[in-house]
Amino acid sequence: MTSSPLIPRPLSSLMPGDSGIVDHLETSGTVLYKLMELGVWPGEKITLVRRAPLGDPLIIELMGYQLALRQSEAQSIFLS
Amino acid sequence: MSAMALRTLTLAIAGNPNSGKTTLFNHLTGLRQKVGNYAGVTVERKEGLFSAGDTEIHLLDLPGTYSLSPNSEEERIAAEVILGLEKEAPTPDGVICVVDSTSLEKSLYLVLQILETGAATMVLLNMTDELTLRGARLDAELLARLLEVPVIQISATQGIGLPQLNALLECWIPRHAEQKTEKKLFAPTLPEITQRRLRAKQIARNVIKQELLPHPWSDKIDRVVMDRVWGPLIFAFVVLIVFQAIFSWAKPLMDGIDGLFTLLGTAVRHLEPGALWTSFLADGVLAGVGSVIVFLPQVLIVFFFIALLEHSGYLARAALVMDKLLYKAGLQGKSFLPLISSYACAVPGIMATRTIENKRDRFATILIAPFMTCSARLPVYAFLISAFIPDRRIIPGLLGWRSATLLSLYLLGFLAALVTAWGLKSTILKSDKMPFFLEIPPYRWPAWKTIFLMMWDRAKLFLTRAGTIILGASLALWILVTFPRHTGPEAMRDSFAGHIGRAIEPAIKPLGFNWKIGVGLLSAQVAREVMISSLATIYHVDADTKDQTKLQEAVRHDVTPWAAVSLLVFFALAMQCSSTLAVARRETGSWKMPALMFIYMNALAYIASLAIFQTSRWLGF
Repeated sequence: MTSSPLIPRPLSSLMPGDSGIVDHLETSGTVLYKLMELGVWPGEKITLVRRAPLGDPLIIELMGYQLALRQSEAQSIFLS
Repeated sequence: MSAMALRTLTLAIAGNPNSGKTTLFNHLTGLRQKVGNYAGVTVERKEGLFSAGDTEIHLLDLPGTYSLSPNSEEERIAAEVILGLEKEAPTPDGVICVVDSTSLEKSLYLVLQILETGAATMVLLNMTDELTLRGARLDAELLARLLEVPVIQISATQGIGLPQLNALLECWIPRHAEQKTEKKLFAPTLPEITQRRLRAKQIARNVIKQELLPHPWSDKIDRVVMDRVWGPLIFAFVVLIVFQAIFSWAKPLMDGIDGLFTLLGTAVRHLEPGALWTSFLADGVLAGVGSVIVFLPQVLIVFFFIALLEHSGYLARAALVMDKLLYKAGLQGKSFLPLISSYACAVPGIMATRTIENKRDRFATILIAPFMTCSARLPVYAFLISAFIPDRRIIPGLLGWRSATLLSLYLLGFLAALVTAWGLKSTILKSDKMPFFLEIPPYRWPAWKTIFLMMWDRAKLFLTRAGTIILGASLALWILVTFPRHTGPEAMRDSFAGHIGRAIEPAIKPLGFNWKIGVGLLSAQVAREVMISSLATIYHVDADTKDQTKLQEAVRHDVTPWAAVSLLVFFALAMQCSSTLAVARRETGSWKMPALMFIYMNALAYIASLAIFQTSRWLGF
C-alpha cells in the first residue's frame, strides 16, 4: 500500500527515455478514435523516445513502433 | 506470364502506411499499372495487372490506412472499395492485407476490421528479413488458424516468399464470410475500437514467439538526425542538395529540350515561310508540346528525391524538423518539400503534395505553392530589372539596387504565401482540431524499382493529364495571336489577342500597363517567360535571348519606371500559369481549387500593383 496515490501525469511532461502506462485520454471525437486505432489506449506502455529538434513534435514508442505527435495531443494523454 | 488466363480475380491490396504495400504492388505488377484519382477527391487510384499461373489478377492498390473508420477520405475510399460500394472500382473478389511483421500488434487492427467486413482475405507478413535480423520470430501458422485466413511470410524488397504467394494466388478461391459490421464501419464506437485493440493484443501475444530487438542502427542515426544542432543542419544540407538538383541538374536538360523545339520550329517555319500551316505546326503544336516536355526533367528529379527520401525514412524525420515552424503558419511538417520544389516550378511542387495525407494541409500547401518564386519568373524579372532598375550600389561592394530588387521579389512571394496560409487557417480551411500523427519507420534501404516506378508514374501522369491541358492552352493562344489573319507590321494589333489587349486596357491602365503589356500578360498565361517573346513580336524586335537591349529600349519608351515596378510585383503575385492550374485541377480532382487560386492570386496582384502605381503617381514620381 502506498501512502500517497499516484497522480497520472501527461505524456508531454515526460523526459526522453521515460515511460509509463496510459491511464486515460482527455480528448474526444476524431482525435480520440485516431489515437486508439494507433494503439494509444488505456493499459498500453508508452516510452518518450525523443523530441524533434525544435522541441515539438514528440516521438513515442509503443507496441514496438514509433509514432510522432504534437505537444498539444501529448498533453491529453495521461500516464501512470 | 501465361498465354491464356483461365480465370480472372480482382483483388484489393490493403495495409498501413510504411507496410511495404507499394513495394509489393510494384514488384507484382511492374509497368502493367495505371495511376489516377478517385473523382472529386485527392485520393490516388492505382491499378495493376499480373498473372499467377493461369490466374490473371487485377490488383487494386488501396490507400495506406490504419483503419477503415471514415476519419479521412483515404479510409472512406478503402472501406468503400472493399465493401464494393465505390462506383469507380470493381468489387474485389478478395483482399490482400500487407502487414509490417515488425509491428504486428499495431497492424492487426486493420486486419481485424477488414475481416469484419466479411471480405475473403489473405495476410502477408512483410519485412520478414528485418524481423529475422532483429532476432524475432512469428508463428505464421498459428496466426492463420486464429484469423482463419491464409498467412504467408514475405519480404517484398528481397523477394522472399513471393513464389509461395504466387502458388497461393493460383489456387486461391476467395470465399466471403458473413459480413459483421457494414453499417457500424462507418460510425466507429469506442467499445468496438476497444474490442479490436484487445483482440489484436491477444493475438499478438500468442503469435510472437520471440520478441523484437531494437533496430540495430536506426536509433543511432536518429540521435544525430534529430539532434538540436545537427538535425536542422542536416535538414538544410538535404534541402540544399534537392534545390541544387532541381535548378542545376535540370537546367541543361531543359535548355536542351527548349533548344531542340526552337530548332524544330524554325525548320518547320522555313518549309513555307508565312504560311498558316507552318505557323500552326511551329508556333502552335511544337511550341505547345515543347512547353509540356520542358517540365519533365524537373518532375523526374523532384520525384526521384521524394521516392528516395520517403522510402529511406528520412522524409518523416525532415517533416518533424520543420513541423513546429510550418504549423505556426497553418501548414505542417510535410509541406516543406512541395514548397521547396515550387521554387523551381509549382508543377512538380503541387504534384509533391501527395506525401501530405491530411487533406486540409494538402489543400493549403497547393494554394500557396505558386507564390514561391519559380524559375519561369526569373527571365521576366531579369528582363524588367535590367531595363528599369539602375545598376548602382546601395552598399558599396556588397548590395546593388538590382540584386536588392530581385531579393525583394523572392521575399514578397514568400510573405504572400505565409499570409495566405495564415488566412486560410482562420477562414475556409478552418477546422476545430487537426491532429498530426506520423509513424516514424526505421531507416530502410529503398528498392530501386520502387523509386524508378514512382518517377515513371509521375511522368506519365503529368504528360497525359496536365500535358493535354497545357497543350490546349498553348493552341488556344496561337489562335488568339494568329486570327483574324493580317500581314504587315500591325498584325498583332489586329489579332484577337490585340483586341483583347485593347479591350482590357482600361482595366490595366490604373496599374500603369498599356494594351501591349496586356497582350504580354495574356500570353504569359501559357508560361510566364513567353511574355518576353510576345513583347518582342508586338514591338517588332528580334527576340534574341542573348541580346535583349533593343527590346528593353523599346519597352522603356512605352512604360514608366514605376509601371515597371508595378509589373514586377504583378508577376510576383499573379496566377499566370495554366500548367499550374492544370496540375492543381488534376491533384485536387475538381476545378474549384484552381478557380480559387486564379481569382485570389490575380485579385491580390491587381490590388498590389494598383496600390504601387497609384501611390507613385500621387507622390508625383
